[in-house]
This record gives sequence, C-alpha cells and structure tokens, in this order.
Amino acid sequence: MPNISRDEVAHLARLSRLAVTEDELDMFAGQLDVILQSVAKVSEVAADDIPPTSHAVPLTNVFREDVERPGLTQQQALAGAPAAEEGRFRVPRILGEQA
Amino acid sequence: MSELTRFSAAELAEKIHAREVSSVEVTTAHLDRIAAVDGAVHAFLHVDTAGALAAAKAVDDDIAAGKPPASPLAGVPIAVKDVLTRMGAPTTCGSRMLEHWEPPYSSTVVRRLESAGLVVLGKTNMDEFAMGSSTENSAFGPTHNPWDLDRVPGGSGGGSSASLAAFEAPLAIGTDTGGSIRQPASVTGTVGVKPTYGGVSRYGLVAFSSSLDQAGPCARTVLDAALLHEVIGGHDPLDSTSINAPVPPVVAAAREGTGGDLRGVKVGVVSEFTGEWYQAGVTGAFELAVDALRQLGAEIVKVSCPSFDYAMPAYYLIAPSEVSSNLARFDAMRYGLRVGDQDGATAEEVMTQTRGAGFGAEAKRRIMIGTYALSSGYYDAYYGQAQKVRTLISRDFEQAFNQVDVLVSPTTPTTAFRIGERVDDPVAMYRADLCTIPANLAGTPAISVPAGLSDEDGLPVGLQVMAPALREPRMYRVAAAYEFARDIALGGSLINRVPDLEVAR
Repeated sequence: MPNISRDEVAHLARLSRLAVTEDELDMFAGQLDVILQSVAKVSEVAADDIPPTSHAVPLTNVFREDVERPGLTQQQALAGAPAAEEGRFRVPRILGEQA
Repeated sequence: MSELTRFSAAELAEKIHAREVSSVEVTTAHLDRIAAVDGAVHAFLHVDTAGALAAAKAVDDDIAAGKPPASPLAGVPIAVKDVLTRMGAPTTCGSRMLEHWEPPYSSTVVRRLESAGLVVLGKTNMDEFAMGSSTENSAFGPTHNPWDLDRVPGGSGGGSSASLAAFEAPLAIGTDTGGSIRQPASVTGTVGVKPTYGGVSRYGLVAFSSSLDQAGPCARTVLDAALLHEVIGGHDPLDSTSINAPVPPVVAAAREGTGGDLRGVKVGVVSEFTGEWYQAGVTGAFELAVDALRQLGAEIVKVSCPSFDYAMPAYYLIAPSEVSSNLARFDAMRYGLRVGDQDGATAEEVMTQTRGAGFGAEAKRRIMIGTYALSSGYYDAYYGQAQKVRTLISRDFEQAFNQVDVLVSPTTPTTAFRIGERVDDPVAMYRADLCTIPANLAGTPAISVPAGLSDEDGLPVGLQVMAPALREPRMYRVAAAYEFARDIALGGSLINRVPDLEVAR
C-alpha cells in the first residue's frame, strides 16, 4: 500500500512542473497518501482476462476529406500570448547554464 | 422580482414568439435579477449585458419582421459554464491560469446556442478546470446555494445550478465528467442531464478528462432540459468523438411523460447505491420517489451491479491521469498566465513557477495522482487496472439494461453540505460522486430530477434516472412522468419552495 513521502511528492511535482512550497509538500503527502490508498481498491478486482476500456462508446477511423480549411490567423494565434515579438511567441531561454 | 424570471423557458419562448412580451424585456428582467442577488449568490463570473441585450433585440426584430423563430427557444436567456469558450470575453475555467484569457474561437455548443437565438447572459462559476463537487475550488470564490447561502451549490457546475435556483436564468449549460451537472442539480432542486458520451460536441470545451467530459442542459423542468438538449446536441465534424447520429427525440419523450403513465416500463433500483455514506433523509426521499414511479404503473425491480463499488476508485485514477496530460498544455508559453519570466529564468523554471501559481490545490493533487498512476512501474497496477474496472462497469450496465428499461438511484448521497465542511478532506469530497460516476465511465446518459426535500434539513434531494447509450428518450419520459406526478402531489413545482433571496439595494 502506498506511503507517499515528501520526497516522492517533490519528485511528482518536478515531473509535472509544479512549484510547491515546503508546507504544501507536507499537506500533499498526507492527502495523496489517503487518496492513493482509496483508489488502490481497484487492485481487488480479479481482472486478468478483462480487456481495458479507454472509450466506452468507441468509434473507429473518424476521418474527413483532405481539403484545406482556414485555421487561426497569426494574429489570432498570438492574441493570448504572454509575450510576442515579430509575429512569434517570445519564450524564456530553453537551455540552462549547463547546455 | 419581475414575474418574468419565474417562468419556465418553454413558457417564455411561447410568450416571446407570440409577441406577448419581448426578448429584451425578458432579458432585462434577468439582468436586473442578477444585479439584485448575485452579490450574495456569486453564480456568475462574467455578465455580458450589452451582448445579451443586442442578441435579444435581434430576436425581437426578426419576429417583428415575420421571420420564423430560429429555434423553439429563440429569445430565451441562458447562462453558460465558464469552461466552454466564447469569443469576446474571458473564458477562465474558474482558474487563475486563464483569468484573463480571451479565446480566439467559440465552442460549438455556444455557437449553436447563438444560432438558435438563445441570449447568453454570461459565464458561470465552477470548480477550477471542472474538478470538484462544491465550486469551492474556484479561484474566484465559491458560489452559494440559494436554498441556504452557507451551503454549497454542488460542483463543479455550481454557478449554473445556482443561477437556475436563484431565478437568474431559466436555462444553463453545464459539463459533467463525474457528476458535475447532476450533483449540483440534485442539491439545488433543479434538473440536470448528462447526455450519452459523444452526444454533444466537445469542441471548445476545455478538456479535463477527455474520455469522460460531456456538456449538457440544465433547467428547472424536464421539458426545458429536453428543449435545450435538442438545440446543443448532434454530430459535430470538429469533434472526432462526436456520434454521427441524430439527436434522440427527447422533447417528444418529455411531453409523452407528462401523460403520467409508466405502465409497461421496467425500472431497476441499483442495490449498490446505499450504505454508510447515505443520509437518511436522502434515502427516504428516494424511496418515496420509487413509490411514486410504482403508482404511475412502472414495475420496480432490484438490480445488482457489483462493479459499481469500484467505480469511484477507478474514476479517481482515470480522470486524474487524463487531466495530468490535458493540463500539460498550460505551460506559460502560448496563452494564459506567465510568472517568473525575469532575471534569465529558463523556460522550465517559468513553467514550474507559473503552474505553481496558476493552479489551485485540487488541480495540483489530481495532476500529481495522474503522474503517479501513469509512471512506469505503476501504470499496470493503477491506470491499467482502472481501465479494466471500466469494462466491468460497462458490462454491469449491459446486463442490467437486459432486465430493465432504466435504472434509478439517489443522485448523490447527501443534501448540500456547508461551505468549508469538506475542503480539507478530499476523499469525503469525492464521495459526492458515488452515484453519478458509473454513467460517466460507461458513457451512458443520466438525468437528475428534483425528488423532494430531505426530512432532516429541508434541503433538495435528486432522483437519478439512467438509460443505455443513445436511449435518452426513456429517461426523459420517466423523469417527466415523475415530475408531473410530484408537482400534483406537492401542489406546485418544488423550486417554488426555495427561500426568497435578499435583494441588494
């Protein structure tokens, strides 16, 4: 049964790019532990030969004709940008000191 | 309050189309009501006064020019949950992440409403990114239940349900992933419907859990919900999960139901929806509702769906897994919040700081649960296993519907709890979804209709009616019949018992 440590919470936060405070680490460790214990109940079900379902009402091969359609204009696409320059998204540097 | 706000949508549409009253008058009455009570209720995040009046006038002009109404609901005002995009104003999803985001496109649901001549009053409050059962996870403060302002209106669509119960709107749109339309309907004494998965387009519905999300109609009567269902439902080529079939004839079914005759209908009571988490007053009201169905001629059968006991744990693995992927797009690069972009910070640092600041606690919990469940070494035991439970749940529904036409249960185990009561206990909060989750996992439709007031606290209780995929007419017919009989027994609609709200001066 799971027993989530502060370190594991910090690891999950890093994987999902979430900044968490020291207090939050403690709070989340306790809460995630309780949640994971309750969802672990799914392992009680004998399901060895049961196929998984990802979509309960499945559809296959949903295609459309390969015909050009208007999308967003450059201006529309940049309209919500935190920062834009020369018709592009201005983003912080991708590479850190080490690269 | 103007009596115009007390009518149903069907009644308002009739009056507007007969030119007894104008859409502008009706819209103004609702805008006035919002101004009077929303300070206390906080159902709305944004009210589009100018846009609504302009849309109302356009409907009136068309009717005056002799044109046929664009739909049976043309001219009727409606509130829209702030998770569906609409151009011209922010779509926030109840989150700091999108607090100022103005979408460059409108969702299919909103465009269908506008083409049908409905008048969008504004966007309603919700739990952040549709995650929650109380609307307390909104970054902009909770919504208050008009039945008791110290209590929650349900969630995640508490703004939509409260707007109906406060008579701020005769119609609303919600979305339902684990119960977020039906549970709020239950605790506010209103009607809420989750259509068959794929029955209503998800284009422009900001994704929480893509295999479960579904938009649906919210109203004060079953007929109103059916009318709205027919406006928003149907195939959308822009949504590849959208079902290519006509909208089921739910309006005809609702009208048939008001005949009050359920002879020949087999109703299954799910035996798993009972136990320690269920409030006595809820169980009592549910049993009376089942009795009422029996009086209308239905045959009541007990049905067991053993895998439903695993529905909640399966959901709280599948939904967080899908949301951890869906919320990855909020990375501070192309839209939404950005913080920490200074002093040479890297993209990764900005992303991390932004997501820390932009998401609330519940969002973070679910992202981390999802990340854990999908990580290597755990995938099979958690997410993989949950997907198998999902198959078992679908099979249980199938075998149940081989025995009966519809299934019934209480919509949620308790009446509206107090604001603040469950915020520190996530699993207690999750239990509000015990009865609603199976239908989401199986993709089948369900409706919550008001079933009276609980003995202990006088608060609304909901009856949930479930049908097989694409068989919505059955559940609308049963719900309408029940509503009709209930109104006769009570001497009027249940919603008329909601306490008067204090009007702001």
